Amino acid sequence: MLLIHCPYCQEERPETEFRHGGEAHIARPTNIADISDEEFEAYFFIRSNEKGVTFERWRHAHGCGRFFNAARHTVTDKFIKVYKAGEPKPTLAELGLESGESQ
Amino acid sequence: MSEAIRTKPLPATRTGSAAASVTPAPEASRISLRAGEEALAALSSALDLGLPTQPKTSESKNGRMALWLGPDEWLIIDQNGADLMALCATVSAPHSATDVSHRNTAIIISGPGAADAINGGCPLDLSLKSFPVGACTRTLLAKIEIVLYRSSEDTFRVECWRSFAPYALGMLAEGAMDASA
Repeated sequence: MLLIHCPYCQEERPETEFRHGGEAHIARPTNIADISDEEFEAYFFIRSNEKGVTFERWRHAHGCGRFFNAARHTVTDKFIKVYKAGEPKPTLAELGLESGESQ
Repeated sequence: MSEAIRTKPLPATRTGSAAASVTPAPEASRISLRAGEEALAALSSALDLGLPTQPKTSESKNGRMALWLGPDEWLIIDQNGADLMALCATVSAPHSATDVSHRNTAIIISGPGAADAINGGCPLDLSLKSFPVGACTRTLLAKIEIVLYRSSEDTFRVECWRSFAPYALGMLAEGAMDASA
């Protein structure tokens, strides 16, 4: 079982308490009625699905109930960093990784 | 004519083992409380109980408990059956209080094997170091969500939803037997 650090509970908790919430840092366009079908498709359906470091939303569903963001490596399954919702997306350098290391 | 009878969620009999007794708790009144920082002082004074703001902590006074569940969420339990909704209604600052007295029920696990009995279905570290007396959290017991509260070194209170109570009781009784083995 993975242990996931919850930034609100400030400790590691068992994986089963959490729910995955899809890719993080996807901003809803403010002019949603004006954008083209292609732009809406890109916003609504297209996800990056990277191999390597990925940024995801997680929810501590059976704990504090909060959404937060995590940088996770999809190959090793290692959580590199968790941070509260609303905080900026960390750069690879901030995660201690070189750009070539993201895979 | 038939009459409606309110049945208790669990029979009030003690089960478990010599290492850990498993007993349904007496009835209590409860509210689920959501509030922002600006309402905390007024709510704390209305409930006569400081609302804890640190994760996994609780406050307890005269049979009334405030359990931290999330950054803006608490479970308030009054074992004397006080009308908590009426107390919160005196607070004008924005907050949400929902009576969950009959949604939840509680089971008390007590004895030297109490932590082991709960760990039969709950993967949390229940050592005194990481889950001291007074600690509380929402977590999982096997397949159901519970709120776990440690009232003393070897006594825990498991709050679960009423309809899940027979399942919780069964899991805890099973865990208690394993804890004594």
